[in-house]
Formats: sequence, structure tokens, C-alpha cells
Amino acid sequence: MVKELKAEVKKLNFYYGRVQALKEINLPIERRKVSALIGPSGCGKTTFLRCFNRMHDLYPHNRYEGEIILHPDNVNIISPQMDPIEVRMQISMVFQKPNPFPKSIYENVAYGLRVRGVSKREVLDEKVEKSLRGAVLWDEVKDRLNHLAFDLSGGQQQRLCIARALATNPRILLFDEPTSALDPTATLKIEELIVELKNEVTIIIVTHNMQQAARVSDYTAFMYLGEIVEYDKTDRIFTAPSNKLTEEYITGRFG
Amino acid sequence: MSTVFERELEDLKGKVLKLGSMVEKAISDSIKSLVERNSKLAADVIDKDPQVNTLEVEIDEECIRLIALRQPRAGDLRLITTAMKITTDLERIGDFAVNISERALELNEEPQLKPYIDIPRMAEIAQGMVRDALDAFVKRDSALARDVLTRDDMVDNLNYQVFNELLFFMIQDPRNVSRAVKLTYISKYLERIADHATNIAEMVVYLVEGKIIRHMAVPEKQ
Repeated sequence: MVKELKAEVKKLNFYYGRVQALKEINLPIERRKVSALIGPSGCGKTTFLRCFNRMHDLYPHNRYEGEIILHPDNVNIISPQMDPIEVRMQISMVFQKPNPFPKSIYENVAYGLRVRGVSKREVLDEKVEKSLRGAVLWDEVKDRLNHLAFDLSGGQQQRLCIARALATNPRILLFDEPTSALDPTATLKIEELIVELKNEVTIIIVTHNMQQAARVSDYTAFMYLGEIVEYDKTDRIFTAPSNKLTEEYITGRFG
Repeated sequence: MSTVFERELEDLKGKVLKLGSMVEKAISDSIKSLVERNSKLAADVIDKDPQVNTLEVEIDEECIRLIALRQPRAGDLRLITTAMKITTDLERIGDFAVNISERALELNEEPQLKPYIDIPRMAEIAQGMVRDALDAFVKRDSALARDVLTRDDMVDNLNYQVFNELLFFMIQDPRNVSRAVKLTYISKYLERIADHATNIAEMVVYLVEGKIIRHMAVPEKQ
């Protein structure tokens, strides 16, 4: 079976000033699959994830080397010629803590579209409903779309953030520890949602909950000290990893 | 300092080993009872089988508990699933030792049909396979496990040989048939024991290498 790639990371190095945080990273990102990044704190997994939507450009002295090629257009999203705002339109991120805007539920989801100049009410209505349905939140909020987003529970707020990310039809959806602030029930809903969403969008997730990586992902990359130690199908990583370091981390012997 | 989980895994291995040694002893006692015409020994094997069954269930429950509470991964996961499958094979081997003992009790009531030569040899090989497969399990030694796999053919060939020899006795004199049939049963039980030892060895290769090698024609030599 030939894999269809959505993105390809080639010889990626990343520096916070003089400190090298990512070393020679090569990684295929398969289309419409969930790829998980795991590893001990400080291994570079969040740094790596943030490269995908140019979050590091928000601070000075950060430097990328290498390429992250986005398919099928074959553009390098970390090249200085690429506009970071344009990248973020196509590659959305959902963060550790739900971070809705201080606006209504409706406006939170519509925001990205309005920024793009969409103002037709019917188009917005349709998109907002579709995104909220995609994030399995519609039934819970359809009667109070003009309520403030902060009125929602933590789990609902996180699903609202996912709906907001979905509204602009991203090519890749990034999740940075999306359930670490949520209770087990809300966590389960988000995990189910992630598995559901991969039918539509390519997903990369950073998690330090290994069982979560095992439950939701198709591929897993184990990172340590800024490098990718092992990358394989998730079931392989969790039953018979080939690297000793991966084995020790997976079984809780270190990390 | 080992963690609680690591101690639990050691404990689990210890229990599998204990089950293994009980079963090994059952095989050798059952054959001894036949060769030495010692019915007391056969009765002992039959009496002790419930202990084997109890330990089997205990190991199973422990494995299920560890899977539920510890969410084992990678090598730990393979150790626990291997322990579960090995245990089933060991319990079944124990059952065959009981079957051998039952036939020995019956045969010991009649004059000996012939000197027993190949059957004790088969028993020795089969028992050695069980012992080495368990040894390989404890030491995570896949080379030893693969060596066990190569011995199954010897037992199969001996079984075939024993069958032909006993067939000859039966053709010679119909009064031999009852005893000869019982001896072919015993030979078949030993052949099955070697098959279960093979299963255990194959699981050990999975434990060590993460590769499932069951149902492959020729065992890969390393």
C-alpha cells in the first residue's frame, strides 16, 4: 500500500536563540490519519508541533532550518517566503487549555471566517452549524448560540475551540495536549471526536498520556532530547517497539 | 529499587514457573508409574491435578488484573499475554499427564506387553522441551526457544514408530489389542505434550522478538 502523505518533514532543525531544540527531524505525516508525538517533558514535542503553524514566529531569535513540505501543493511552510498568517489559516491548533474568545458561541466559530472577509449571514450560519456539528457540540448549544462561550463547561469549551479550528477547513489540525485540563468523560468525548475527525482532516497530536496516544493515533513518533528516536505504526510502538529507549519510556522505566 | 509493577511481573513469572515444574513432574511421574509398574505414583498424579487447575486460574486472574490496572505496554504487555497463553498450554499438558496415568493404572493390572523403550525416550524429549521452553521464558532466550521447536519432529517420528510397532503386536495376536491400543494412546499423549511445548516455545519467541512465528513451515534458525 502506498501511503498518501499530507506533509513531509525534512531535516528540520529549530533553535531558540542559540539553543537547538530540534535536531535533524525527518517525519512523514500521512493524510487523514492521526499521528501522535510522545516523549518525556522537554523532549521537543510541543516545539515540533508549533513549527507546523509557525507559532515560533511570534517571538524574535527563533530560527528554523530544513523543510516542512505541505502536499499536494509542495510548498515549504517554514520558508521565510511563506506568510505565517496564511499557514495558520490552513493549519489550525487546539491548545492544552480551552481558550475561547470573550465572544458568543456563534462568533467564536465565525471569527476565522469573518477575518477572511466572509460576511454573508447564510454562509456564516451554515459554516457555524457544520463546524459545531463536526465538533459534536451542536445539539448542546444550538438553542443558545448567542450566549457567551465562557458559560460552557471545560469540555464544551474545548469542543468549541475544535469547531472554531474546523470552520476554516484546515488541511492539518494540531492538538497540543487537548485533554489535560479535562475530566475523563470530557476526555473520552474529545478522543472519540479526534478519531471521527480524521475522516476529514489530517491530525497531529502531542500528548503525554501514552494511553491516549495508543487509543487515538495511527502512527506514533517517540521523541527524546529534540530527536525522533522511533516512528512506527502505533500498534507496533505499543506492542513491540524496536528501540530500547522507546521500550523503556513506553513501559514507564524512564521519562 | 524495583517498582510495585516490576515486582508483580516477577511474581507472575514465578507462578508460571511453579506451574511448569508441577506439570514437568506430572509427566515424569506418569511415565515412571508405567515403566516401573507403580500404580501409587499414577494415582498421585491424578490426585494432584486439581492443584494445577487452581494455579492455572490464579495466573489467569492475575494477568487479567494486571492488564486492567497497569495497562501494560511493549515488553510488559508481551510478558503478560505470553504468561496467559503458556498457562493454558501447561494446564493441558497436565491433563495429558493425567491421561497417561489413567492408562498406566489400567496397564499395570495386566502383564506387560513388551519392554518399554521408545515411550520413555519420547517422554524424556517431551519433558525436556517443556523444561527448556520454560527456561527460555524466564531467561527471555529466543535461541533456546527456537531449539525447542526443532525437537518436535523427533517426537512425531517416535510416535509413528511406536504406532507401527504396536500395530504389528495387534496383528500378531488379538489378545494384545487392548494393551497395544492403550500404549498407542500414551504415545499420542506424549506427542501432544510436545506440541504444547512447541506452542510455549513459539510464544517465547514472540515475547523476546515481538514476532509471531506460529504456523510457519520451517522454524527460522538464528
